[in-house]
Amino acid sequence: MIKEQKINKEVQAVKMTGGEALLSALEDHGVNTLFGYPGGAIMPVYDRLYDHKEKLNHILMRHEQGAIHAAQGFARVSGQIGVCMVTSGPGATNTITGIADAMIDSTPVLVIAGQVGTKMLGSDAFQEVDLVGITQPISKWSYQIRSAADVPWAVARACYIATSGRPGPVVLDFTKDAQIGTLDYQPTIVDFIRSYVSNPQPQEGSLEQAATLINEATKPFMLVGQGVLLGEATAELEELVKKTDIPVGETLLGLSAMPSAHPNNLGMLGMHGNLAPNKATNLCDVLIAVGMRFDDRVTGNLETYAPQAKVIHLDIDPAEFNKNVRVDVPILGDCKQSLKKLTALCAPRNHQSWIDSLLPYAEEEHRVVCSKELCSTPDGALRMGQVARLVSQAAHDEAILVTDVGQNQMLSSRYFRYTHPRSLVTSGGLGTMGFGLPAAIGAIYGNRQVNHDDKKPVVLMTGDGGIQMVIQELGTIMEQQCPVKMVILNNSYLGNVRQWQEMFFKKRYSFTPMENPDYLKLSDAYGIKSKRVVSEEQINEAIAEMLSYDGAYLLEVCVEKEGNVMPMVPIGGTISDMLLEP
Amino acid sequence: MKEALYTIIVHSENIAGVLNKVTAAFTRRQVNIETLNVSASSIKGVHKYTITSRTDAINIERIVQQISKNIDVIQAHFFLDSELMHREIAMYKLSTDILKSQPAISQIIRKYSAHIIEVNEVFSILEMSGVDEEITALYEELRNFNTILQFVRSGRVVVTTSSFEHVDDFLESRNKEHKLSRESCWTKDA
Ligand SMILES: Cc1ncc(C[n+]2csc(CCOP(=O)(O)OP(=O)(O)O)c2C)c(N)n1
Ligand SMILES: [Mg+2]
Repeated sequence: MIKEQKINKEVQAVKMTGGEALLSALEDHGVNTLFGYPGGAIMPVYDRLYDHKEKLNHILMRHEQGAIHAAQGFARVSGQIGVCMVTSGPGATNTITGIADAMIDSTPVLVIAGQVGTKMLGSDAFQEVDLVGITQPISKWSYQIRSAADVPWAVARACYIATSGRPGPVVLDFTKDAQIGTLDYQPTIVDFIRSYVSNPQPQEGSLEQAATLINEATKPFMLVGQGVLLGEATAELEELVKKTDIPVGETLLGLSAMPSAHPNNLGMLGMHGNLAPNKATNLCDVLIAVGMRFDDRVTGNLETYAPQAKVIHLDIDPAEFNKNVRVDVPILGDCKQSLKKLTALCAPRNHQSWIDSLLPYAEEEHRVVCSKELCSTPDGALRMGQVARLVSQAAHDEAILVTDVGQNQMLSSRYFRYTHPRSLVTSGGLGTMGFGLPAAIGAIYGNRQVNHDDKKPVVLMTGDGGIQMVIQELGTIMEQQCPVKMVILNNSYLGNVRQWQEMFFKKRYSFTPMENPDYLKLSDAYGIKSKRVVSEEQINEAIAEMLSYDGAYLLEVCVEKEGNVMPMVPIGGTISDMLLEP
Repeated sequence: MKEALYTIIVHSENIAGVLNKVTAAFTRRQVNIETLNVSASSIKGVHKYTITSRTDAINIERIVQQISKNIDVIQAHFFLDSELMHREIAMYKLSTDILKSQPAISQIIRKYSAHIIEVNEVFSILEMSGVDEEITALYEELRNFNTILQFVRSGRVVVTTSSFEHVDDFLESRNKEHKLSRESCWTKDA
């Protein structure tokens, strides 16, 4: 096979083991943080790591699933590659959920897993699994390193693939003899793979066609996805919106691409999104989708999705065009460049009357849904949305929100307010319960990576179910003194599933009520400061204490037991037909 | 939506595991592969896959998009039969006794322009290349004589009638692009 690489021959070659070369190559690629867990088949690398502690900060997690989710959280906040290192067999398979999660959410992570020696491969050796085989369908690239000489190239190729184009997870399956074998190491980069076009260019004329549609539109509407954040194109987006005055809706992963307070920002799209942007989807004449993939949670029934609109789709991944929604004008390429060029071609417009026509929907949603969710129940129980908004406000809308999955996720992402890009970390595509706590640990390091301090608090909003899936990571928080602000929205239910049982399964609560441990005692055991809150009188003070406390803090908030996430588009429903009440 | 037989041509780097990724694009969408032919292409280090599959226009577009997305796939395209010259090769192992005793069989062999490539006391081997239907038709005719001991077909190979082999050009332009963009000291280890 062809190995395209650029070797820095000006640097004197150094003889070292493959394991050491791996660490050197990571350092050469700017990696300074690793999340991992050791074991037999990766021990030669961990042995070398002992001498690299100055440059590589290794965070010992309490489970490999924690390690991969932390790497994801790191990558999502910093925009840099998140690295996770584990042993072979069970260590490697424990990362699978996170790899699939990173794939569907386009997160650049590198998983380094030990593997048995090359002579043992295929023999069902102790702790051998076919990791490359398992991860092929859920990774952007997976490769088995069989010789030490391959290490600089493999790491360089992995980093290039993970972070370029549409980002994604890459896997290096590192055989033991390649770790132990020696090579002459020289810094190596890969920034070209002939079969892989990482920066594709728009088709001839597509930008002009799009600009004509936009200029002639009377009711244009823009859908913003995570692509805008991944492509670091928030300023370009802002420019386009400023010039064209197009109203905007964001996907769950696109939240924070535009400040919540921006007058053109109508809010979140999709199943549990806001009413106005979902209505706008089916009212607009031109739909401009930027860096999003028309997920079924965003579109609802495809047959009734924006049939009236001409669709312009900007994406770096050509496989997204026409995948779910027929596109009239596809614009291939990096949206940072495409948005800039598009802005130049678009005429200044004022769409105030079109935007004004959508405001009644926002008012209706506020009246029927939000105004209730933001207050306690008549019998005094706190609500999730209320807590989320209070936390957001107490942090001056400057916090980085990490959520788990379930009602806690939907309500905190709905009621948090975003000021800065990349201030929401959530498992969107896979909906992985147990993502939140370890991702929040990763987010702490990701935040330090780019902001160099802990001024912006990292707030985890999680369910009682989700946190129990990864509760062991309190150990990591304790050991690393990681200042995560953990809010458990405790409803004593697997709430999201319970809501569906209530609405669609005749209230037959099959295995969704759940008993909880005493979280305060648990926190105590880990030496983590904590508090339990049950009513409105206590909540503000507790939030303030949590945010001002110097260190990790666990705030258990006992919320309404049978609250529902509203509004909602039932599965297969039309996106503009949202239920406002259950 | 109407189904048709599509021929998919994929060029990829010669790397273990690409075949897996190519076939996975079909299995994920529950589409069957009818024939699959993998060989070296005219370009050194580049493999060529010729696949046929019966599905609809939307599915085939999505499958080919997903195949193209693989890092080590250079290009993937799909065609209808009207855009191709296609051939298959088939071998029919016949009982020599029956072949000799039934002169009508020889007539059939001539009718299909098939060749006998081996004759011994026990069996004879007939080879024929042609389009899918011809190969099946010959099989059906021979079967009436109860003479077929074994039958095997290769799967399709095709040449497109439009000028399709852009792979060369594509790789060349990729290399040029890259050389233009930086002083290169690239090493290409085989
Ligand atoms: C790993 C995993 N298992 C199961 C589910 C299905 N599921 C989605 S939400 C949910 C309930 C979550 O309960 P909890 O963490 O208490 O959050 P709540 O909805 O109550 O806020 C479940 C079981 C999932 N998304 N992920
Ligand atoms: Mg719960």
